[in-house]
Amino acid sequence: MKDEIIICRCEDVTWGEIRRALEKGYTTLDEIKRITRGGMGRCQGTTCHRIILGEIAKFYHKSIEEVVVPTFRPPTKPVKLGTLASDVDD
Amino acid sequence: MLMIKRADIVIIGGGIIGCSIAYNLAKMGGKNIVLFEKNSLASGATGRCGAGIRQQFGAEMNCILARESIKIFENLSQELDYDIELNQNGYLVLAYTEREVNQFKKNVALEQSLDIDVRFITVKEAKEIVPPLNTEGLLAATFCPTDGHANPFNTNFAYGEAAQRLGVKIYTFTEIKEIETENNKIMAVKTEKEKILTPIVVNAAGGYSGTIGKMVGVDLPVYSQRHQILITEPVDPLFKPMLMSFSRNFYCQQTPHGSIIMGCGNPDEPKGDDIGSSWQFAREMAQKMTTVVPLLKEVSMVRQWAGLYNVSPDAQPILGKHPQVGGFYVAIGFSGHGFMLAPVTSKLMAELILTGRTSLSIEDKLDIGRFERGELILEPSVV
Repeated sequence: MKDEIIICRCEDVTWGEIRRALEKGYTTLDEIKRITRGGMGRCQGTTCHRIILGEIAKFYHKSIEEVVVPTFRPPTKPVKLGTLASDVDD
Repeated sequence: MLMIKRADIVIIGGGIIGCSIAYNLAKMGGKNIVLFEKNSLASGATGRCGAGIRQQFGAEMNCILARESIKIFENLSQELDYDIELNQNGYLVLAYTEREVNQFKKNVALEQSLDIDVRFITVKEAKEIVPPLNTEGLLAATFCPTDGHANPFNTNFAYGEAAQRLGVKIYTFTEIKEIETENNKIMAVKTEKEKILTPIVVNAAGGYSGTIGKMVGVDLPVYSQRHQILITEPVDPLFKPMLMSFSRNFYCQQTPHGSIIMGCGNPDEPKGDDIGSSWQFAREMAQKMTTVVPLLKEVSMVRQWAGLYNVSPDAQPILGKHPQVGGFYVAIGFSGHGFMLAPVTSKLMAELILTGRTSLSIEDKLDIGRFERGELILEPSVV
């Protein structure tokens, strides 16, 4: 894969940035996320996490199930603060 | 299998405190330094923090540590050869009660006496600094232009990688399970499978520092408590400084990346190590911040999470040698300010460990013995 290919479209993270983190010895998606911001954007990794997981597995000659998956954090999709603020208890 | 059987210094914790201590020890010439982290670097409180750095405190030692840390932060990208994304756009601390106005006047006098560039300002001036601010109920504010933001992930990895370049060995995903002592002296640490002999252990385990204390049979005067936080999508620049209030209990800052990060404490939060996220928090946070900056109603939250404050009785860190266990050092109890105080704290810890003395006088001010001596100066300015 070419270094300039964009893997995380929300945060403009390229394969080159991810490859460099892998070459430094980082082995988990959580580390890649913290170092490159991959998967931290508007879609929260729903697009790129699968791709990054696959590349980590390939890089370390593991199966994809062996790669540690990060915590999925709420909310599932973006929510306006105004909408959140207007919520009231029944 | 680890490659080592023996170390001169073992550090427990791969957050900003552990990694920066490792770096400063190696920089000062320390050898055979090994750091153990049960998860990955920046997986605990550092990677979960609000990313702010401020010098506006009410307790003298916090002010001094913060002032000296900012000086180091200012050259840290260069020193560690890693962009830490430092951004000094100030902290605007908002006063909503008469009690706060009086406290802030005292804080400003103290901070100015310590050469911190801070001023007490009017509501009009606050509005000039942050035009979208809703000033309803606001009585006054304080502003320090050299406070700001740095990227905690980058800073943590920067220290960790720089330490490794200087010879420090870092083992991630390796938990210390046991610490061996003999005649109240540190002898060794044990992982799941192996034993590493060492005369010195540095407890930099943040939210889990109490557990490490128990391994050497001491009850450390700290507890952990969940603090929640959320972040929005990146948007165009809306306001520059960190907005902070102690009485209304919030902090909120737009990062250089454009996303807006905000958090608040919960006075009813139980002690413990829960780091789950709650809907109630997200709603309360949104209600607070859309009141203070109404423009935020249109901005979407994309993620929420939580981390642990490691709280000390006076909300100031506990640094130094443990009086009962030879070779046991602590850098704990940062009470939510570990990231911003790390640069100078780690330098002082390294000096203390390698030479027995420190370039700034902290021995009788931040040591663990202060609680028994009853010399508490409570930090009033904590969210």
